[in-house]
Amino acid sequence: MVVPSLKLQDLIEEIRGARTQAQEREVIQKECAHIRASFRDGDPMLRHQQLAKLLYVHMLGYPAHFGQMECLKLIASSRFTDKRVGYLGAMLLLDERHDAHLLITNSIKNDLSQGIQPVQGLALCTLSTMGSAEMCRDLATEVEKLLLQPSPYVRKKAILTAVHMIRKVPELSNVFLPPCAKLLHERHHGILLGTVTLITELCERSPEALRHFRKVVPQLAQILQTLVTTGYSTEHSISGVNDPFLQVATNTDTSRNAGNAVLFETVLTIMDIRSTAGLRVLAVNILGRFLHNSDRNIRYVALTSLLRLVQSDHSAVQRHRPTVVECLQETDASLSRRALELSLALVNGSNVRAMMQELQAFLESCPPDLRADCASGILLAAERFAPTKRWHIDTILHVLTTAGTHVRDDAVANLTQLIGGAQELHAYSVRRLYNALAEDISQQPLVQVAAWCIGEYGDLLLEGNFEEIEPLQVEEEEVLALLEKVLQSHMSLPATRGYALTALMKLSTRLRGDNNRIRQVVSIYGSCLDMELQQRAVEYDTLFRKYDHMRAAILEKMPLVERGGPQVDEEAKERKEAAQLSEVAPAPTESQASQLLDLLDLLDGASGNAQHPPLLDPSPGGALVHLLDLPCAPPPPAPIPDLKVFEREGVQLNLSFIRSPENPALLLIIITATNSSESDVTHFICQAAVPKSLQLQLQAPSGNTVPARGGLPITQLFRILNPNKAPLRLKLRLTYNHFGQSVQEIFEVNNLPVESWQ
Amino acid sequence: MQFMLLFSRQGKLRLQKWYVPLSDKEKKKITRELVQTVLARKPKMCSFLEWRDLKIVYKRYASLYFCCAIEDQDNELITLEIIHRYVELLDKYFGSVCELDIIFNFEKAYFILDEFLLGGEVQETSKKNVLKAIEQADLLQEKTETMYHSKSFIGYKKAY
Repeated sequence: MVVPSLKLQDLIEEIRGARTQAQEREVIQKECAHIRASFRDGDPMLRHQQLAKLLYVHMLGYPAHFGQMECLKLIASSRFTDKRVGYLGAMLLLDERHDAHLLITNSIKNDLSQGIQPVQGLALCTLSTMGSAEMCRDLATEVEKLLLQPSPYVRKKAILTAVHMIRKVPELSNVFLPPCAKLLHERHHGILLGTVTLITELCERSPEALRHFRKVVPQLAQILQTLVTTGYSTEHSISGVNDPFLQVATNTDTSRNAGNAVLFETVLTIMDIRSTAGLRVLAVNILGRFLHNSDRNIRYVALTSLLRLVQSDHSAVQRHRPTVVECLQETDASLSRRALELSLALVNGSNVRAMMQELQAFLESCPPDLRADCASGILLAAERFAPTKRWHIDTILHVLTTAGTHVRDDAVANLTQLIGGAQELHAYSVRRLYNALAEDISQQPLVQVAAWCIGEYGDLLLEGNFEEIEPLQVEEEEVLALLEKVLQSHMSLPATRGYALTALMKLSTRLRGDNNRIRQVVSIYGSCLDMELQQRAVEYDTLFRKYDHMRAAILEKMPLVERGGPQVDEEAKERKEAAQLSEVAPAPTESQASQLLDLLDLLDGASGNAQHPPLLDPSPGGALVHLLDLPCAPPPPAPIPDLKVFEREGVQLNLSFIRSPENPALLLIIITATNSSESDVTHFICQAAVPKSLQLQLQAPSGNTVPARGGLPITQLFRILNPNKAPLRLKLRLTYNHFGQSVQEIFEVNNLPVESWQ
Repeated sequence: MQFMLLFSRQGKLRLQKWYVPLSDKEKKKITRELVQTVLARKPKMCSFLEWRDLKIVYKRYASLYFCCAIEDQDNELITLEIIHRYVELLDKYFGSVCELDIIFNFEKAYFILDEFLLGGEVQETSKKNVLKAIEQADLLQEKTETMYHSKSFIGYKKAY
């Protein structure tokens, strides 16, 4: 064995001796200069030593591209020493991005055909490591010839080079497909291994190859059998091709890792091919056994594979659930992450309570990078499998308190929706949230939800009659103080402050005490720097001052928001209405006359109505002419039929729709409230909501009273802008007094005619 | 296999074998990041980790980390075997190999690796055959050296 000349060793020693980075760089720079000089005009015999030194330097991270041409020269030399180092250099320094690499194609070609095995070996090795597509195409025939050579040493290398070539140039599959069958008959393991790899690669690329190779499956099975029975320490990774031939797997000795590796491979195979149910259960059981193995690596691969299997063989994997849950306790992060994913996947209707307990315990102790995943996983699972609403709320609450900062943004919305829908749990939720908030106001999602709840159900909070929780009396002042604390805290995000302010406002109607404190806070925030808060505060303040009579109505409990349905933004709706009211100019008196006149009014570009710029062309003459000029104008669209939407004890509500062909995005709805009963309807208020993509504008109604026995009806105009032709949905809320009682009705209008929005 | 890296506990690279074409800059970046990630692992942790979209299999032998990046469909446990087999080969060749052997004879380490793996796949499963091939190549090299009467010094020759 010849060791490189002492000079290289000296260099290495010197580099290692350098005590600082600067010193090392100095040594290397000096040496590189020397190397460069010797490349130019040094002794060709010693060139390989110089390159070797250069390669060492390259490994340390220093630039070495000036050695590329030297590699070429060395490869072209006839000395084996030169070739050895030259090819190594080529593999390390050249790659397919540099055009220089093509220059070695010729040398490789020569070396492949000249018959000295080690040299051929070198050439093949280099080709398979860094051969680019062009090189592969050029040298395919050479490699093919070598496949059939007598020497196994060269053949095995040729086969694997063929694998590389196919990866680079898939069309070459045709060249390498025919020899495969013959190669399988060889005894030499290296050849067999290479051939199997080649076949696998071919099959992955094309289905015809797959069909072609089905015939050889029995042969593969036989090979496997002989391997197992002769007790060879197997290094084969064999992938089956659509046939269950793995019964031998059960006999493999699992005490050594090699055995486990084979077992694992068979499991992988079972998973990949479409095997029978029995085999799959076998696979799962093997993996389950792996889970008990003391070797961490085995447990890891078991968890990973079970994750892949859990979709298809859910019940089989369930049997190993306890072990998986144990794995959550692992200190190794990769293992616990896998265990977490698998546990989440295993949660189903029957085991959800137990699993959730485990997962929540895990959430408290898990490392921070897993927290977000764990939290969202728990929330998702809770959503799908919650046995009762109360349990669901409890779970979410627990997640929020433990890992509040890591939950996703929509968790807040989900929770409020959930609580809103669970009427019987309002008192319970608000109580628990209040307690949680009193302890800790730093977790933003929790604070937001708590603030919202307290605002909505503050009255329930103060009633103080709960069965399970300690009957602690909560004072109004405490509640207000808490909300103020949230408002003032540095930790609160602007959104949170918004929630708190709105909650305070709502409490002004829920609580029995006087509202001075609330009014104070609201007016303070009227000069807050934050735009959003300021706007809210100003609006609320106006509510107190000018529209106190409306306050109760506006701040009433929200109707349930449907998730996934029209996104009625309750806050926006409230504010929009408040804003409208606060800006209301003297309402134009809508004439009670026919609809046609109404239409003309609008075409006149009626402007009294509002913030939104006039939608129609404000040239009355032209518009009128247009309408009257019937022959030339496009035929007016067929009138949309009226719709009766509400009827109760003689009180009826009708909708009429008007659309103009010139402005198809605009829809006008006129609601007409009639009264055929014996009693007057008073204090009639109608409010409406539409999906977010539409714009709604309510004009002031013609009045608040509908006299009995068919008296003058109330009409009100809605203007809806629908530029995207989104499906129209409309929710109405009516409040009025009738027969001495106050009536409130909230409903969505069904059967809206399609012509109203298409 | 996509690549194999050998590095010391201080993060110094001792061997790098790349089976995928990447620019020098990318290789350096990957090496740097991966070395950091692996060195940060605690001793009892399992040998597999997920990094970017690759599976990384690593094992520590004395002061050297052997680190391989494999594709999704490759078998991790077999890769561990591959690493072990390579170490065995080095051991047989150098006689009780230590990190210094690999530092001072890095080209030999490459040659041995090239007889064991080709294009990222295992080419020879028999230890005997691999070592025999190296021996033959070494002999050939010696022959050409002596033929040309070059002034190469023959360093220590370890029996195997």
